[in-house]
Amino acid sequence: MPAGSLFNQSARHPLSSPRGIWSALHIDPILLFLLLTLIAGGLFVLYSGADRNLEVVKAQGIRMGVALVVMFVFAQLDPAVFRRWAPWLFTAGLIGLAAVLLVGVGAKGAQRWLAIPGLPRFQPSELMKLVVPMMAAWYLSRHYLPPRLRHVAVALLIVLAPMAMIILQPDLGTSLLVGAAGIFVVFFAGMGWRLIGAFLAMVSVAAPLMWFFVMREYQKQRVLTLLDPQSDPLGAGWNIIQSKTAIGSGGMDGKGWLQGTQSHLEFLPESHTDFIVAVLAEEFGFVGMLVLLVLYLLIVLRCLYIAATAQDSFSRLLAGALTMTFFIYVFVNVGMVSGLLPVVGVPLPLVSYGGTSGVTLMAAFGVLMSVHTHRRMISA
Amino acid sequence: MPWGEFKDIAAERRLFQRRAFVMLLLVFVLLGVLIARMYHLQVVEHDIYTTLSDKNRVQVQSVAPPRGLVYDRNDVLLAENRPVFSVTLVPERVGDMEQTLSKLRGMLSISEEDMERFQRRLLEPRRPFQELPLRYDLDEQEIARLAVHRHELPGVEVSAELVRYYPHSTLTAHALGYVGRINRQELQRIDPVNYAGTNYIGKSGVERFYEELLHGQVGYQHVETNARGRTLRVLERENPVPGEDIQLHMDLRLQRLAHDLLDGRRGAIIAIEPSTGGILALASVPGFDANLFVTGIGVEAYRSLSSSVDKPLFNRALRGQYPPGSTLKPMLAIAALDSNAVTRDKTIWDPGYYQLNSGGRRWRDWKRGGHGWVDLKSAVAQSCDIYFYEAAVTMGVDTMHQYLSDFGFGEDATLDVAGALSGLLPSSDWKRAIHSEPWYPGDSVNLGIGQGFMLATPLQLATATSVIANRGHWAEPRLLKDIKGDQSIDEVLPTGTHQSIELENPDDWEFVVESMAEVMHGSKGTARGAARGAPYRMAGKTGTAQVFSLAEDEEYDEEEIRERLRDHALFVGFAPVEDPKIAVAVIVENGGSGSGTAAPVARAMFDAWLLDFSEAGSELVAGSSAEGSN
Repeated sequence: MPAGSLFNQSARHPLSSPRGIWSALHIDPILLFLLLTLIAGGLFVLYSGADRNLEVVKAQGIRMGVALVVMFVFAQLDPAVFRRWAPWLFTAGLIGLAAVLLVGVGAKGAQRWLAIPGLPRFQPSELMKLVVPMMAAWYLSRHYLPPRLRHVAVALLIVLAPMAMIILQPDLGTSLLVGAAGIFVVFFAGMGWRLIGAFLAMVSVAAPLMWFFVMREYQKQRVLTLLDPQSDPLGAGWNIIQSKTAIGSGGMDGKGWLQGTQSHLEFLPESHTDFIVAVLAEEFGFVGMLVLLVLYLLIVLRCLYIAATAQDSFSRLLAGALTMTFFIYVFVNVGMVSGLLPVVGVPLPLVSYGGTSGVTLMAAFGVLMSVHTHRRMISA
Repeated sequence: MPWGEFKDIAAERRLFQRRAFVMLLLVFVLLGVLIARMYHLQVVEHDIYTTLSDKNRVQVQSVAPPRGLVYDRNDVLLAENRPVFSVTLVPERVGDMEQTLSKLRGMLSISEEDMERFQRRLLEPRRPFQELPLRYDLDEQEIARLAVHRHELPGVEVSAELVRYYPHSTLTAHALGYVGRINRQELQRIDPVNYAGTNYIGKSGVERFYEELLHGQVGYQHVETNARGRTLRVLERENPVPGEDIQLHMDLRLQRLAHDLLDGRRGAIIAIEPSTGGILALASVPGFDANLFVTGIGVEAYRSLSSSVDKPLFNRALRGQYPPGSTLKPMLAIAALDSNAVTRDKTIWDPGYYQLNSGGRRWRDWKRGGHGWVDLKSAVAQSCDIYFYEAAVTMGVDTMHQYLSDFGFGEDATLDVAGALSGLLPSSDWKRAIHSEPWYPGDSVNLGIGQGFMLATPLQLATATSVIANRGHWAEPRLLKDIKGDQSIDEVLPTGTHQSIELENPDDWEFVVESMAEVMHGSKGTARGAARGAPYRMAGKTGTAQVFSLAEDEEYDEEEIRERLRDHALFVGFAPVEDPKIAVAVIVENGGSGSGTAAPVARAMFDAWLLDFSEAGSELVAGSSAEGSN
């Protein structure tokens, strides 16, 4: 069956689904509700984290509006479209990354942006968070699953190539997230447990090598600081000490909205971007954190359900990988702010202010909705 | 292999679902880790982080108590506190000190001296996070300019503090003293807790003596600060206990008059209320502007003050040690009478000179040709030196030393006058110890007219005069009259230790007082010119202190001696004779004669106190000026 016919088939039965208006709009109402709840709650916390700066909240609201539109657009596309476009998008992405390395613009010693005249500036690496799992899913779903060793090897190559290019920018955080997205695809595809064991062993060997050959001095410093923040309490350790203080002083039910002293008295750095979860923890306490984490859990559960009920391997692999990447965002951010993980520039998804990550994330949710709403009633 | 062919779709779905289940477990485990972490931070270690958070934002600041005010006897304010805005830097919070200073220089006028002082303080040991002042007394424009730029200047604050201000600074500088920045030696001495918020301490005078009383007790406030150290609000405050307001015996009007009387000259006037010992006026002229010293005087200004030939910083009233000259004669008259060295009727022939033994050295009388026949009363009235030479030799040094000690010479007899010197009351023991020589009768001759080794301060002369005015009763000189608060003055003012001087014949007091009245009112009294036309009786004694001694029989012409080598003019006295209200000692440096220069000054003081400033005085003289009467 030619790949294009799937799209046509779907187009022939636009209202074959019995799910009514939501299905017609290609929106999953449960996921949308959870996302809107998260975004709304996030704006609420952002108002406090930005020290009552309504402009910041407005800008974030607009950005989230744009992201919702992007999600809606992605949801309209059939998963087959993503599958068909995956190789081309991947190629374009690699070219983009190469271009970033050659002619990219950026700040603080890192080239991450591509400024093409007539287009808004964008980060190809951000795009790769979607495209790499797409490409890996495309490749692996062309073969029997579970994949054979050489297919796994090729898939890993698909993941490692962009990762390496992103590391060179250098942007370790994004590189690891892109890598994670790709690896999740391979995992979901059924990579053998022995192979996984061998892979983990390789990673644990590679980690020290990374330490010596890949990681920059400031990145090493972050890791060292995590292990002993008191070694430099006013320098590198400041962020982590202050965010732990903010979280810890929040206690069971927090200091109350807008009452956080750590953030409002400017002890907490980045209180409206990467460290916003500390604001939430300080002002809403352990209870607030539980609510937030449960909300994220519900989103992950819904998305995993969508993945599990997807109709073809490509959709399943892509949906599963995107879901887990989203969760990794949450884990890395909260882990970093609470002092479990080194400080890497990972925002709290859909809550932290700024960046293009919100748009990418919502695009991913658009893909998930697309997967869920373009199912054909074969079994019916 | 073409896509989709021969694939076991159901098997692939089952495989995915198994893997998804594994991932779900991973999600639960990782979420569990995060929740455990949050629980650990927010519940288990909550107290630790609450403390850290409070330590971040809450700082304890000490609040300096406002310094007690000082009033004169009529409740005229002599020392107050006024707010002064200064720019201070906390070096710990200033990022780039050089850059910050150069920015500040662009905004404010900062003199080289300010800069130097700041750099010096920067190097001195200090408390961490202590604010170091850079410039005082900012004007409103400068404050506004700093406010606009304050975000560029971390660690720079405009702080208001209450700074001592003396409204009548030049008049009161020597009596009140002044406060100044706490220096390193003082830092060792003071209670670091109570002075935690205080920058100033009494350096001299009343400010120094009553430092503890005026300072008060430090207060505290807990303030919330942000990460850049700016104070946002006060959370809790324990108010300081303000220093006590105090009232002095001093009368500013009399003090001003004393300064006016000496204006353009150098000298001192002390006025004491004999019944209480209260110091009504304490003037040392020239004075200086004590306000200059409060926030730290500039090097230039200090040099010009300290190097001036007129020595404005020198407190002549308390620390000027002069030969008392003839002003010592009333006290010596008491000594001579009580020790039976002379009798009231003893008469001698004064040929104009005195010899211990014929053919020996001649001690001249101030009056060439002598006074002829003189008894004790006329010896005092005319200030006959010969009579006292003889009486002194008869008494001997030990007797004179005993009586003069009883009058408070040779010691600081004051209760609360900081910095008062004790002068020098010679004795035979003293001479042996210091000069390794025995006391010669000739030394007694000199002491008989208050010359030779003897030195006394104007304050001591006024004190001794006041004892005579009191007919032997001691009321030690004191500045403090009252404390405005609850504290009793007895807890603060030291108690006097002097015994009243008991004479074998108490009538001798009246006799000597009368002889002093003769000085003023007698037909041959040396100061009769000064007493002319007074509606009350006064008692006094003129004196002249030699700046340099003349050789025997040498003539000297006042005109030929350069002004600064002229004799010091002295006068002591009290009035009214019957019920003394005021005793004064006047010294006019290089003033020439006591009768011509010092006595009229004293008369003006008497008149002011008894007539102009007092209600009883207004009644005493019908039509006298009502100015200042109360």
